[in-house]
Amino acid sequence: MNLHEYQSREILAKHGIPVPPGILARSMEEAVEAASSLGYPVVIKAQVHSGGRGKAGGIKLVNSQRELEYVAPTILSMNIGGRPVSALLVVPAADIQKEYYLSVVLDRELKTFTLIASAEGGVDIEEVAREHPDSILRVPAHPWLGLQPYQARELAYKMGFEGSLVRTFVEIAMSLYRCALDVEASLVEINPLAKVSSGDLIALDSKIVVDDNSLFRHPDIAEMRDLSQEETAEVEASRVGISYIKLDGNIGCMVNGAGLAMATMDLVKLYGGNPANFLDIGGGAHADQVEAAMNIILSDEKVSAVLINIFGGITRCDDVARGIVEGLRNIKREVPIVVRLVGTNEEEGHRILEDAGLRSLSSLEEAAKLAVELASKSTVSR
Amino acid sequence: MSILVDKDTRLLVQGITGREGSFHTQQMVEYGTNVVAGVTPGAAGREVCGVPVYNTVREAVEATGANTSIVYVPAPFAPDAVYEAASAGISLIVCITEHIPAVDEIKMYHYVREKGSRLIGPNCPGLTTPGEAKVGIIPGNIHKRGPVGIVSRSGTLTYEAVAALTAADIGQSTVVGIGGDPIVGTSFREVLEMFEDDPETHAVVLIGEIGGNAEEEAAEYIRQMTKPVVAFIAGRTAPPGRRMGHAGAIISGGSGTAESKIRALEGANAHIAETPSQIAELVEVALAGA
Repeated sequence: MNLHEYQSREILAKHGIPVPPGILARSMEEAVEAASSLGYPVVIKAQVHSGGRGKAGGIKLVNSQRELEYVAPTILSMNIGGRPVSALLVVPAADIQKEYYLSVVLDRELKTFTLIASAEGGVDIEEVAREHPDSILRVPAHPWLGLQPYQARELAYKMGFEGSLVRTFVEIAMSLYRCALDVEASLVEINPLAKVSSGDLIALDSKIVVDDNSLFRHPDIAEMRDLSQEETAEVEASRVGISYIKLDGNIGCMVNGAGLAMATMDLVKLYGGNPANFLDIGGGAHADQVEAAMNIILSDEKVSAVLINIFGGITRCDDVARGIVEGLRNIKREVPIVVRLVGTNEEEGHRILEDAGLRSLSSLEEAAKLAVELASKSTVSR
Repeated sequence: MSILVDKDTRLLVQGITGREGSFHTQQMVEYGTNVVAGVTPGAAGREVCGVPVYNTVREAVEATGANTSIVYVPAPFAPDAVYEAASAGISLIVCITEHIPAVDEIKMYHYVREKGSRLIGPNCPGLTTPGEAKVGIIPGNIHKRGPVGIVSRSGTLTYEAVAALTAADIGQSTVVGIGGDPIVGTSFREVLEMFEDDPETHAVVLIGEIGGNAEEEAAEYIRQMTKPVVAFIAGRTAPPGRRMGHAGAIISGGSGTAESKIRALEGANAHIAETPSQIAELVEVALAGA
């Protein structure tokens, strides 16, 4: 789960990491009030779950109330990366002398948390990693001992810190590591960590991604979820245990299992079609799940054919077929449906599906081809 | 021969009285797996499918000589179950449980290794050596004994590949699901090493997906393998930054793409299947040439 910048900086501050003063505003009036209490010039920052906020015009330096009265409503009404701006963060303009990058990530390779730092901060770190891979420094924490101060110290010297800033940096790095463990994040990032004219280091911008699987023991963080940043259909799906991600195509896919769901989307694409979604219906494919999944898929107006791909396994195909037929009974919108069903009692399953007027196949490849063909026909006939 | 599980496997089921645990115990017993004990704290003295239940793993091991454990315990309690198995000297621990926090997975990974045991999973379908032992939830009826080793990050996609091979009359030595989480106990590379050393295995199928770099790491080893490898990678159409069902299936910061994995595997002379059914075709060709 992604957190907004304003939520992330609050968490960092609680862990003793210096952040600039800042006030959250949900309207132009609140922004004006915030700016006058902080004093102009201020920076207005769009709160949205998307990168590239600056490039999209979602971060603006504002010198006066007049300017703010124009800028605030503009940013509040923006969509960035397809997501609506949820609020504004108002911060005083900072006098930046140098920008650094510092993060703690879940390291899949080393099976621990790793501190990543660069003296080239403030910009897209992935670009830095591509163009100057040597300027990115990585320090893995020992899985039992945790990150040790000497490791942060070594890093501080490598990054060119001197005098009292060495100690300041070490404190920030250690706190950031503790913060990642405390909130069970897969990423805690400060970019930039800025050296300002007073000589201090402050976390000017930050981002936290928490591990969804750990939310059951962090109710306070679970509450920070901002549903406005997620597709309504995806939220609905997750409520009924269905994993759904909306895409741009027109062929709806309903599959049991995440890997098979991806492979099904890939096949649709391989045969010249475009998948409308990823959908993992979970185990079983019972009538109520099929109905829920179908409603979710068809909530996307663009869908002009649906491919249902169920690998029976332990579940019997005749049971699955009955579930599909029953689940589709209440679906009003008429779209061509192709069912691919294999497993125990396959023939019986196909008979049940065909009696209900559904096209049913055993070959995944042929089912995908047929779905692509039917989708293009049905798009043309509209 | 085969790898990891066989007729000498003495299986212990942790969480045996739960819904999943009891259902799959029945499936495993029916398959012919030597299930010797179950553990559910507070349920000692009961029996599930004729399997005696104990309160602790240590008691179960002492009473039955269990050497392998399978964990069907809900996520909040699964790490404890894995630690208990490792500390009781179980040498192979298979964790089916989904949604375990990554912080716990880090601890599980390192603790199990420190104890000299092996962890498969979590968030995996388990493993099967056809005709000898089914340890997990892979449907038993899709298998046939034979020369192909399978290692996969997925569940139903693995079944798909197994069924396609069996339909083409190509059997399997052992089928291993390593799990779809960012941090798993056993990597592709380690399973490939075991297949390379297994005399019964003549070819290997690797089923990967987007996210992380386990496939790239596997490719480095495939380069030096003597046995042919057929690979399939799911997620060519997955958008970046979105988690595709499995916790580990996410393209982040331009890394973990299907293209990068396919490139690495091709570079290591693995045969890339474009579709699931092509897996069987390529294996047939590879076996004929081997």
